[in-house]
Amino acid sequence: MNAIRTRSSFDVRLIVNGQPWELHVPAHALLLDVLRDRLGLKGAKRSCDVQVCGACTVLVDGAPVSACTYLAVEADGRQVRTVEGLGDDGGLAPLQQAFIDGGAVQCGFCTPGMLMAATALLAEDPAPSREAIVQHLRGNICRCTGYSKIVDAVLACARQDSR
Amino acid sequence: MTLPRPFELERPTTLDEAADLLRRMDGESALYAGGTELLILLKHRAIRPRSLIDLKRIDGLGDIRATDERLVIGATVTHRTLERAPDVGAGWPLVAGAIRHVANIRVRNAGTVGGNLAFADPHSDPATLFMAFDASVRLVAADGARTLSLGELAHAPYETARRPDEILAAVSLQRWPEGAVGAYLKFGLYERPTATVAVALFLDGTRSTVRDARIVVGSVGPRAVRLHVAERAVAGEPLGRLAPRLDEIAAAATRDLETMRDLHGAPDYKRELARVCVRRALAVATARARGEQADERHPHTIIV
Repeated sequence: MNAIRTRSSFDVRLIVNGQPWELHVPAHALLLDVLRDRLGLKGAKRSCDVQVCGACTVLVDGAPVSACTYLAVEADGRQVRTVEGLGDDGGLAPLQQAFIDGGAVQCGFCTPGMLMAATALLAEDPAPSREAIVQHLRGNICRCTGYSKIVDAVLACARQDSR
Repeated sequence: MTLPRPFELERPTTLDEAADLLRRMDGESALYAGGTELLILLKHRAIRPRSLIDLKRIDGLGDIRATDERLVIGATVTHRTLERAPDVGAGWPLVAGAIRHVANIRVRNAGTVGGNLAFADPHSDPATLFMAFDASVRLVAADGARTLSLGELAHAPYETARRPDEILAAVSLQRWPEGAVGAYLKFGLYERPTATVAVALFLDGTRSTVRDARIVVGSVGPRAVRLHVAERAVAGEPLGRLAPRLDEIAAAATRDLETMRDLHGAPDYKRELARVCVRRALAVATARARGEQADERHPHTIIV
Protein backbone atom coordinates (compact mmCIF):
# COMPACT_ATOMS: atom_id res chain seq x y z
CA MET A 1 0.00 0.00 0.00
CA ASN A 2 2.99 2.29 0.41
CA ALA A 3 3.21 2.53 -3.34
CA ILE A 4 0.08 4.66 -3.44
CA ARG A 5 0.99 8.27 -3.86
CA THR A 6 -1.26 10.61 -1.97
CA ARG A 7 -0.58 14.14 -2.98
CA SER A 8 -2.01 17.55 -2.56
CA SER A 9 -0.42 18.89 -5.75
CA PHE A 10 0.66 17.49 -9.09
CA ASP A 11 2.85 18.27 -12.07
CA VAL A 12 0.65 18.14 -15.12
CA ARG A 13 1.56 18.27 -18.78
CA LEU A 14 -1.18 19.26 -21.10
CA ILE A 15 -1.61 20.76 -24.53
CA VAL A 16 -3.89 23.76 -24.66
CA ASN A 17 -4.93 24.94 -28.12
CA GLY A 18 -1.88 23.23 -29.58
CA GLN A 19 0.58 24.69 -27.12
CA PRO A 20 2.27 22.39 -24.58
CA TRP A 21 2.28 23.46 -20.92
CA GLU A 22 3.89 22.04 -17.80
CA LEU A 23 2.13 23.28 -14.71
CA HIS A 24 2.20 22.51 -11.01
CA VAL A 25 -1.39 22.52 -9.76
CA PRO A 26 -3.08 21.76 -6.44
CA ALA A 27 -5.25 18.62 -6.45
CA HIS A 28 -8.31 20.78 -5.80
CA ALA A 29 -7.69 23.26 -8.65
CA LEU A 30 -10.46 23.42 -11.21
CA LEU A 31 -9.60 23.41 -14.89
CA LEU A 32 -11.59 26.61 -15.43
CA ASP A 33 -9.46 28.55 -12.94
CA VAL A 34 -6.23 27.24 -14.41
CA LEU A 35 -7.31 28.23 -17.92
CA ARG A 36 -8.58 31.67 -16.95
CA ASP A 37 -6.19 32.71 -14.18
CA ARG A 38 -2.93 30.96 -15.04
CA LEU A 39 -3.08 30.73 -18.82
CA GLY A 40 -5.07 33.93 -19.36
CA LEU A 41 -7.70 32.23 -21.51
CA LYS A 42 -10.88 34.08 -20.59
CA GLY A 43 -13.16 32.58 -23.25
CA ALA A 44 -14.64 29.90 -21.00
CA LYS A 45 -16.90 31.60 -18.46
CA ARG A 46 -17.81 30.81 -14.88
CA SER A 47 -21.54 31.13 -14.62
CA CYS A 48 -23.86 28.56 -13.01
CA ASP A 49 -20.97 26.55 -11.52
CA VAL A 50 -23.12 23.40 -11.41
CA GLN A 51 -22.81 22.04 -14.98
CA VAL A 52 -26.19 23.28 -16.10
CA CYS A 53 -25.47 26.35 -18.25
CA GLY A 54 -22.54 25.34 -20.48
CA ALA A 55 -20.78 28.73 -20.42
CA CYS A 56 -17.54 27.04 -19.25
CA THR A 57 -17.57 24.32 -21.94
CA VAL A 58 -14.12 23.29 -23.19
CA LEU A 59 -13.03 20.19 -25.07
CA VAL A 60 -10.78 17.61 -23.40
CA ASP A 61 -9.51 15.18 -26.02
CA GLY A 62 -12.36 16.38 -28.19
CA ALA A 63 -15.13 15.77 -25.62
CA PRO A 64 -17.08 18.70 -24.16
CA VAL A 65 -16.75 19.01 -20.39
CA SER A 66 -17.71 21.68 -17.84
CA ALA A 67 -14.36 23.22 -16.89
CA CYS A 68 -16.00 24.61 -13.71
CA THR A 69 -16.56 21.10 -12.37
CA TYR A 70 -13.47 19.32 -13.68
CA LEU A 71 -10.21 18.95 -11.78
CA ALA A 72 -7.21 20.41 -13.59
CA VAL A 73 -5.16 17.30 -12.73
CA GLU A 74 -7.53 15.28 -14.92
CA ALA A 75 -6.22 17.17 -17.96
CA ASP A 76 -2.75 15.68 -17.46
CA GLY A 77 -1.56 14.13 -20.72
CA ARG A 78 -4.57 15.42 -22.61
CA GLN A 79 -5.43 17.99 -25.26
CA VAL A 80 -7.57 20.88 -24.11
CA ARG A 81 -9.27 23.14 -26.60
CA THR A 82 -10.92 26.43 -25.75
CA VAL A 83 -12.69 29.00 -27.92
CA GLU A 84 -9.36 30.82 -28.32
CA GLY A 85 -8.06 27.77 -30.20
CA LEU A 86 -10.87 27.45 -32.70
CA GLY A 87 -9.53 29.58 -35.55
CA ASP A 88 -6.24 29.22 -37.43
CA ASP A 89 -3.59 31.94 -37.75
CA GLY A 90 -5.73 34.57 -36.13
CA GLY A 91 -8.65 33.90 -38.47
CA LEU A 92 -12.04 32.58 -37.49
CA ALA A 93 -13.19 28.99 -37.78
CA PRO A 94 -16.07 28.42 -40.24
CA LEU A 95 -18.42 27.88 -37.30
CA GLN A 96 -17.46 31.21 -35.75
CA GLN A 97 -18.03 32.92 -39.10
CA ALA A 98 -21.40 31.18 -39.38
CA PHE A 99 -22.37 32.60 -35.96
CA ILE A 100 -21.44 36.11 -37.16
CA ASP A 101 -23.14 35.75 -40.54
CA GLY A 102 -26.29 34.37 -38.94
CA GLY A 103 -26.51 36.91 -36.11
CA ALA A 104 -26.24 34.07 -33.63
CA VAL A 105 -24.61 36.27 -31.01
CA GLN A 106 -26.51 38.60 -28.70
CA CYS A 107 -24.79 39.42 -25.40
CA GLY A 108 -22.12 36.85 -26.24
CA PHE A 109 -21.71 35.31 -22.81
CA CYS A 110 -22.88 31.85 -23.84
CA THR A 111 -21.17 31.99 -27.25
CA PRO A 112 -17.82 30.34 -26.39
CA GLY A 113 -19.64 27.41 -24.80
CA MET A 114 -22.06 27.12 -27.71
CA LEU A 115 -19.15 27.15 -30.16
CA MET A 116 -17.23 24.47 -28.27
CA ALA A 117 -20.23 22.19 -27.86
CA ALA A 118 -21.16 22.58 -31.53
CA THR A 119 -17.55 22.03 -32.62
CA ALA A 120 -17.58 18.66 -30.84
CA LEU A 121 -20.86 17.72 -32.51
CA LEU A 122 -19.62 18.62 -36.00
CA ALA A 123 -16.39 16.69 -35.45
CA GLU A 124 -18.46 13.62 -34.68
CA ASP A 125 -21.23 14.14 -37.22
CA PRO A 126 -20.42 16.63 -40.00
CA ALA A 127 -24.04 16.73 -41.18
CA PRO A 128 -26.28 16.61 -38.11
CA SER A 129 -30.03 17.12 -38.41
CA ARG A 130 -31.65 20.13 -36.76
CA GLU A 131 -33.05 17.76 -34.13
CA ALA A 132 -29.58 16.37 -33.43
CA ILE A 133 -28.20 19.89 -32.99
CA VAL A 134 -31.00 20.83 -30.60
CA GLN A 135 -30.45 17.64 -28.60
CA HIS A 136 -26.71 18.23 -28.44
CA LEU A 137 -27.00 21.89 -27.39
CA ARG A 138 -29.79 21.42 -24.85
CA GLY A 139 -27.27 21.71 -22.02
CA ASN A 140 -26.06 25.12 -23.23
CA ILE A 141 -28.23 27.95 -22.02
CA CYS A 142 -28.61 31.32 -23.78
CA ARG A 143 -30.34 33.78 -21.48
CA CYS A 144 -30.95 36.13 -24.40
CA THR A 145 -32.94 33.14 -25.78
CA GLY A 146 -31.27 33.40 -29.16
CA TYR A 147 -31.52 29.68 -29.74
CA SER A 148 -33.05 29.67 -33.23
CA LYS A 149 -30.20 31.59 -34.81
CA ILE A 150 -27.61 29.55 -32.93
CA VAL A 151 -29.10 26.32 -34.26
CA ASP A 152 -29.42 27.90 -37.73
CA ALA A 153 -25.73 28.87 -37.65
CA VAL A 154 -24.62 25.36 -36.72
CA LEU A 155 -26.88 23.92 -39.41
CA ALA A 156 -25.52 26.33 -42.03
CA CYS A 157 -21.97 25.42 -41.15
CA ALA A 158 -22.77 21.72 -41.12
CA ARG A 159 -24.12 21.90 -44.62
CA GLN A 160 -21.01 23.64 -45.92
CA ASP A 161 -18.80 21.02 -44.35
CA SER A 162 -20.81 18.10 -45.63
CA ARG A 163 -20.89 19.20 -49.27
CA MET B 1 -18.58 31.49 -5.75
CA THR B 2 -16.76 29.06 -3.53
CA LEU B 3 -13.78 26.92 -4.32
CA PRO B 4 -13.16 23.47 -2.91
CA ARG B 5 -11.05 23.34 0.23
CA PRO B 6 -7.68 21.70 -0.38
CA PHE B 7 -7.69 17.92 -0.46
CA GLU B 8 -5.30 15.18 -1.39
CA LEU B 9 -5.89 12.89 -4.31
CA GLU B 10 -5.26 9.19 -4.12
CA ARG B 11 -5.09 7.09 -7.22
CA PRO B 12 -5.23 3.38 -6.46
CA THR B 13 -5.04 0.93 -9.35
CA THR B 14 -6.81 -2.05 -7.78
CA LEU B 15 -10.10 -2.41 -5.97
CA ASP B 16 -8.29 -3.99 -3.01
CA GLU B 17 -6.03 -0.97 -2.62
CA ALA B 18 -8.98 1.39 -2.88
CA ALA B 19 -11.01 -0.55 -0.31
CA ASP B 20 -8.05 -0.68 2.04
CA LEU B 21 -7.46 3.06 1.72
CA LEU B 22 -11.11 3.78 2.30
CA ARG B 23 -11.10 1.69 5.47
CA ARG B 24 -7.90 3.27 6.77
CA MET B 25 -9.17 6.80 6.10
CA ASP B 26 -12.16 5.99 8.33
CA GLY B 27 -14.71 8.38 6.89
CA GLU B 28 -12.21 11.13 6.02
CA SER B 29 -12.17 10.18 2.33
CA ALA B 30 -14.67 10.57 -0.46
CA LEU B 31 -14.83 8.25 -3.45
CA TYR B 32 -14.33 10.12 -6.69
CA ALA B 33 -14.95 9.20 -10.31
CA GLY B 34 -16.53 11.73 -12.70
CA GLY B 35 -16.91 14.37 -10.01
CA THR B 36 -20.11 15.73 -11.55
CA GLU B 37 -21.94 15.54 -8.23
CA LEU B 38 -19.03 15.38 -5.78
CA LEU B 39 -17.18 18.48 -7.00
CA ILE B 40 -20.34 20.54 -6.64
CA LEU B 41 -20.67 19.42 -3.01
CA LEU B 42 -16.99 20.25 -2.46
CA LYS B 43 -17.37 23.69 -4.02
CA HIS B 44 -20.29 24.41 -1.73
CA ARG B 45 -18.29 22.92 1.14
CA ALA B 46 -21.22 20.68 2.00
CA ILE B 47 -18.63 17.97 2.68
CA ARG B 48 -14.98 18.41 3.62
CA PRO B 49 -13.03 15.20 2.99
CA ARG B 50 -9.30 15.12 3.62
CA SER B 51 -8.76 13.14 0.48
CA LEU B 52 -10.47 11.90 -2.64
CA ILE B 53 -9.94 8.32 -3.74
CA ASP B 54 -10.01 8.35 -7.53
CA LEU B 55 -11.59 5.13 -8.82
CA LYS B 56 -10.88 5.77 -12.49
CA ARG B 57 -7.48 4.02 -12.61
CA ILE B 58 -8.79 0.81 -11.12
CA ASP B 59 -8.55 -2.10 -13.51
CA GLY B 60 -11.88 -3.44 -14.68
CA LEU B 61 -14.07 -0.71 -13.19
CA GLY B 62 -14.37 0.94 -16.60
CA ASP B 63 -15.51 -2.21 -18.40
CA ILE B 64 -18.89 -2.98 -19.95
CA ARG B 65 -19.74 -6.66 -20.32
CA ALA B 66 -22.80 -7.71 -22.33
CA THR B 67 -23.76 -11.39 -22.26
CA ASP B 68 -26.89 -13.34 -23.17
CA GLU B 69 -28.14 -12.99 -19.61
CA ARG B 70 -26.97 -9.63 -18.40
CA LEU B 71 -25.29 -6.29 -18.93
CA VAL B 72 -22.61 -5.54 -16.34
CA ILE B 73 -21.55 -1.90 -16.21
CA GLY B 74 -18.42 -1.00 -14.26
CA ALA B 75 -18.81 1.86 -11.82
CA THR B 76 -16.51 4.26 -13.67
CA VAL B 77 -18.15 3.80 -17.08
CA THR B 78 -19.36 7.22 -18.16
CA HIS B 79 -22.88 7.76 -19.43
CA ARG B 80 -21.38 8.72 -22.78
CA THR B 81 -19.39 5.49 -23.04
CA LEU B 82 -22.48 3.45 -22.18
CA GLU B 83 -24.62 5.35 -24.65
CA ARG B 84 -22.14 4.71 -27.46
CA ALA B 85 -21.00 1.15 -26.72
CA PRO B 86 -21.87 -0.98 -29.79
CA ASP B 87 -22.92 -3.98 -27.65
CA VAL B 88 -25.31 -1.78 -25.69
CA GLY B 89 -26.82 -0.11 -28.75
CA ALA B 90 -27.37 -3.47 -30.44
CA GLY B 91 -28.51 -5.62 -27.52
CA TRP B 92 -29.89 -3.09 -25.02
CA PRO B 93 -31.38 -0.33 -27.18
CA LEU B 94 -33.64 1.10 -24.46
CA VAL B 95 -30.60 1.57 -22.20
CA ALA B 96 -28.54 3.28 -24.92
CA GLY B 97 -31.53 5.39 -25.98
CA ALA B 98 -32.45 6.55 -22.49
CA ILE B 99 -28.89 7.24 -21.32
CA ARG B 100 -28.47 9.49 -24.36
CA HIS B 101 -30.92 11.84 -22.66
CA VAL B 102 -29.24 12.00 -19.24
CA ALA B 103 -28.50 15.61 -18.25
CA ASN B 104 -26.31 17.13 -20.98
CA ILE B 105 -23.33 16.17 -23.12
CA ARG B 106 -20.78 17.50 -20.60
CA VAL B 107 -22.28 15.61 -17.67
CA ARG B 108 -22.48 12.46 -19.79
CA ASN B 109 -18.83 12.79 -20.81
CA ALA B 110 -17.57 13.05 -17.23
CA GLY B 111 -20.28 11.54 -15.04
CA THR B 112 -20.26 7.84 -14.29
CA VAL B 113 -23.02 5.28 -13.90
CA GLY B 114 -21.66 4.15 -10.52
CA GLY B 115 -21.44 7.69 -9.26
CA ASN B 116 -25.00 8.38 -10.30
CA LEU B 117 -26.36 5.37 -8.40
CA ALA B 118 -24.17 5.90 -5.34
CA PHE B 119 -25.10 9.57 -5.09
CA ALA B 120 -28.80 8.60 -5.08
CA ASP B 121 -30.21 11.83 -6.39
CA PRO B 122 -33.93 11.08 -6.50
CA HIS B 123 -34.09 12.67 -9.97
CA SER B 124 -31.94 9.99 -11.59
CA ASP B 125 -32.66 8.52 -15.00
CA PRO B 126 -30.46 5.41 -14.53
CA ALA B 127 -32.03 4.52 -11.15
CA THR B 128 -35.51 4.41 -12.69
CA LEU B 129 -34.44 2.78 -15.95
CA PHE B 130 -32.27 0.08 -14.40
CA MET B 131 -34.98 -1.07 -11.96
CA ALA B 132 -36.98 -2.24 -14.97
CA PHE B 133 -34.06 -4.60 -15.61
CA ASP B 134 -34.05 -6.01 -12.03
CA ALA B 135 -30.64 -4.38 -11.59
CA SER B 136 -28.31 -5.09 -8.70
CA VAL B 137 -25.11 -3.45 -7.54
CA ARG B 138 -21.91 -5.01 -6.25
CA LEU B 139 -20.51 -3.36 -3.13
CA VAL B 140 -16.91 -4.15 -2.25
CA ALA B 141 -15.21 -3.54 1.10
CA ALA B 142 -11.82 -4.57 2.48
CA ASP B 143 -13.47 -7.44 4.35
CA GLY B 144 -15.76 -8.75 1.62
CA ALA B 145 -18.35 -8.02 -1.02
CA ARG B 146 -22.14 -8.15 -1.26
CA THR B 147 -24.83 -7.65 -3.83
CA LEU B 148 -27.93 -5.50 -3.35
CA SER B 149 -30.86 -4.82 -5.63
CA LEU B 150 -31.33 -1.18 -6.61
CA GLY B 151 -34.45 -1.16 -4.45
CA GLU B 152 -32.34 -2.17 -1.47
CA LEU B 153 -29.54 0.29 -2.31
CA ALA B 154 -31.54 3.51 -2.36
CA HIS B 155 -33.08 4.48 0.98
CA ALA B 156 -33.89 8.16 0.64
CA PRO B 157 -32.64 11.18 -1.28
CA TYR B 158 -28.82 11.02 -1.23
CA GLU B 159 -28.93 8.11 1.23
CA THR B 160 -28.08 4.54 0.35
CA ALA B 161 -27.40 1.24 2.07
CA ARG B 162 -23.74 1.54 1.05
CA ARG B 163 -21.57 1.55 4.18
CA PRO B 164 -18.83 4.18 4.39
CA ASP B 165 -16.19 1.48 3.84
CA GLU B 166 -17.86 0.08 0.71
CA ILE B 167 -17.20 0.87 -2.94
CA LEU B 168 -19.95 0.51 -5.52
CA ALA B 169 -18.00 -1.51 -8.12
CA ALA B 170 -20.56 -2.40 -10.78
CA VAL B 171 -24.24 -2.56 -11.67
CA SER B 172 -25.72 -5.59 -13.36
CA LEU B 173 -28.89 -5.53 -15.49
CA GLN B 174 -30.86 -8.71 -16.26
CA ARG B 175 -31.83 -9.29 -19.86
CA TRP B 176 -35.58 -9.30 -20.46
CA PRO B 177 -37.09 -12.55 -21.71
CA GLU B 178 -37.67 -13.11 -25.42
CA GLY B 179 -40.62 -11.08 -26.69
CA ALA B 180 -40.38 -8.26 -24.19
CA VAL B 181 -41.12 -4.67 -25.15
CA GLY B 182 -40.14 -1.58 -23.22
CA ALA B 183 -40.57 2.16 -23.01
CA TYR B 184 -38.88 4.96 -21.11
CA LEU B 185 -40.54 8.32 -20.54
CA LYS B 186 -39.23 11.39 -18.80
CA PHE B 187 -40.91 14.71 -18.19
CA GLY B 188 -39.23 17.87 -17.05
CA LEU B 189 -38.43 21.51 -17.70
CA TYR B 190 -35.13 21.49 -15.86
CA GLU B 191 -31.76 19.79 -16.08
CA ARG B 192 -32.91 16.92 -13.88
CA PRO B 193 -36.14 15.14 -14.77
CA THR B 194 -39.33 15.89 -12.82
CA ALA B 195 -40.84 12.47 -13.52
CA THR B 196 -39.30 9.29 -14.95
CA VAL B 197 -41.11 6.08 -15.90
CA ALA B 198 -39.71 2.81 -17.22
CA VAL B 199 -42.02 0.05 -18.47
CA ALA B 200 -41.28 -3.50 -19.59
CA LEU B 201 -44.02 -5.83 -20.80
CA PHE B 202 -43.06 -9.48 -21.03
CA LEU B 203 -45.35 -11.06 -23.63
CA ASP B 204 -46.37 -14.67 -23.96
CA GLY B 205 -45.42 -16.86 -26.95
CA THR B 206 -48.30 -15.61 -29.08
CA ARG B 207 -47.39 -11.99 -28.29
CA SER B 208 -51.02 -11.31 -27.51
CA THR B 209 -51.00 -11.45 -23.70
CA VAL B 210 -48.81 -9.78 -21.08
CA ARG B 211 -47.24 -12.49 -18.96
CA ASP B 212 -45.38 -10.25 -16.53
CA ALA B 213 -44.29 -6.63 -16.28
CA ARG B 214 -41.92 -4.13 -14.70
CA ILE B 215 -43.32 -0.67 -14.12
CA VAL B 216 -41.05 1.80 -12.36
CA VAL B 217 -41.60 5.43 -11.46
CA GLY B 218 -38.89 7.76 -10.26
CA SER B 219 -38.01 11.41 -9.61
CA VAL B 220 -41.41 12.20 -8.04
CA GLY B 221 -40.58 10.65 -4.66
CA PRO B 222 -37.58 10.01 -2.44
CA ARG B 223 -36.42 7.13 -4.66
CA ALA B 224 -37.42 5.15 -7.73
CA VAL B 225 -39.98 2.43 -6.96
CA ARG B 226 -41.64 -0.43 -8.76
CA LEU B 227 -45.41 -0.09 -9.01
CA HIS B 228 -46.36 -3.62 -8.03
CA VAL B 229 -50.09 -2.81 -8.15
CA ALA B 230 -49.81 -1.85 -11.81
CA GLU B 231 -47.54 -4.80 -12.60
CA ARG B 232 -50.13 -7.19 -11.16
CA ALA B 233 -52.94 -5.39 -13.00
CA VAL B 234 -51.35 -5.89 -16.43
CA ALA B 235 -50.02 -9.42 -15.85
CA GLY B 236 -52.20 -12.02 -17.56
CA GLU B 237 -54.10 -9.40 -19.56
CA PRO B 238 -54.61 -9.80 -23.29
CA LEU B 239 -53.24 -6.72 -25.07
CA GLY B 240 -56.65 -6.00 -26.59
CA ARG B 241 -58.25 -5.66 -23.16
CA LEU B 242 -55.46 -3.52 -21.77
CA ALA B 243 -55.73 -0.41 -23.94
CA PRO B 244 -59.02 0.91 -22.51
CA ARG B 245 -57.91 0.17 -18.93
CA LEU B 246 -54.63 2.15 -18.86
CA ASP B 247 -56.23 5.19 -17.22
CA GLU B 248 -57.67 3.11 -14.41
CA ILE B 249 -54.45 1.08 -13.94
CA ALA B 250 -52.28 4.20 -13.74
CA ALA B 251 -54.66 5.85 -11.29
CA ALA B 252 -54.80 2.81 -9.00
CA ALA B 253 -51.02 2.38 -9.06
CA THR B 254 -50.24 5.98 -8.12
CA ARG B 255 -53.05 6.69 -5.66
CA ASP B 256 -50.89 5.94 -2.61
CA LEU B 257 -47.54 6.73 -4.17
CA GLU B 258 -45.07 8.37 -1.81
CA THR B 259 -44.17 11.67 -3.43
CA MET B 260 -41.98 14.47 -2.26
CA ARG B 261 -41.98 18.26 -2.18
CA ASP B 262 -38.96 19.83 -3.82
CA LEU B 263 -38.10 22.47 -6.40
CA HIS B 264 -40.02 20.47 -9.01
CA GLY B 265 -43.34 20.77 -7.21
CA ALA B 266 -45.69 19.75 -4.41
CA PRO B 267 -46.55 16.15 -3.43
CA ASP B 268 -50.06 16.28 -4.94
CA TYR B 269 -48.74 17.61 -8.22
CA LYS B 270 -46.07 14.89 -8.30
CA ARG B 271 -48.69 12.18 -7.74
CA GLU B 272 -50.86 13.54 -10.54
CA LEU B 273 -47.81 13.81 -12.77
CA ALA B 274 -46.85 10.21 -11.98
CA ARG B 275 -50.35 9.05 -12.89
CA VAL B 276 -50.25 10.80 -16.25
CA CYS B 277 -46.69 9.72 -17.07
CA VAL B 278 -47.35 6.09 -16.12
CA ARG B 279 -50.43 6.05 -18.33
CA ARG B 280 -48.50 7.54 -21.24
CA ALA B 281 -45.56 5.17 -20.85
CA LEU B 282 -47.95 2.20 -20.68
CA ALA B 283 -49.68 3.46 -23.82
CA VAL B 284 -46.33 3.55 -25.63
CA ALA B 285 -45.34 0.09 -24.45
CA THR B 286 -48.69 -1.51 -25.31
CA ALA B 287 -48.65 0.08 -28.77
CA ARG B 288 -45.20 -1.37 -29.32
CA ALA B 289 -46.41 -4.74 -28.05
CA ARG B 290 -49.05 -4.69 -30.80
CA GLY B 291 -46.34 -3.87 -33.31
CA GLU B 292 -47.60 -0.31 -33.77
CA GLN B 293 -45.83 3.01 -33.67
CA ALA B 294 -46.62 4.86 -30.47
CA ASP B 295 -48.06 8.26 -31.34
CA GLU B 296 -47.63 9.82 -27.90
CA ARG B 297 -46.14 13.32 -28.22
CA HIS B 298 -46.20 15.67 -25.26
CA PRO B 299 -44.51 18.93 -24.29
CA HIS B 300 -41.30 18.67 -22.24
CA THR B 301 -41.48 14.90 -22.57
CA ILE B 302 -38.86 12.57 -23.96
CA ILE B 303 -40.01 9.10 -24.95
CA VAL B 304 -37.48 6.39 -25.72
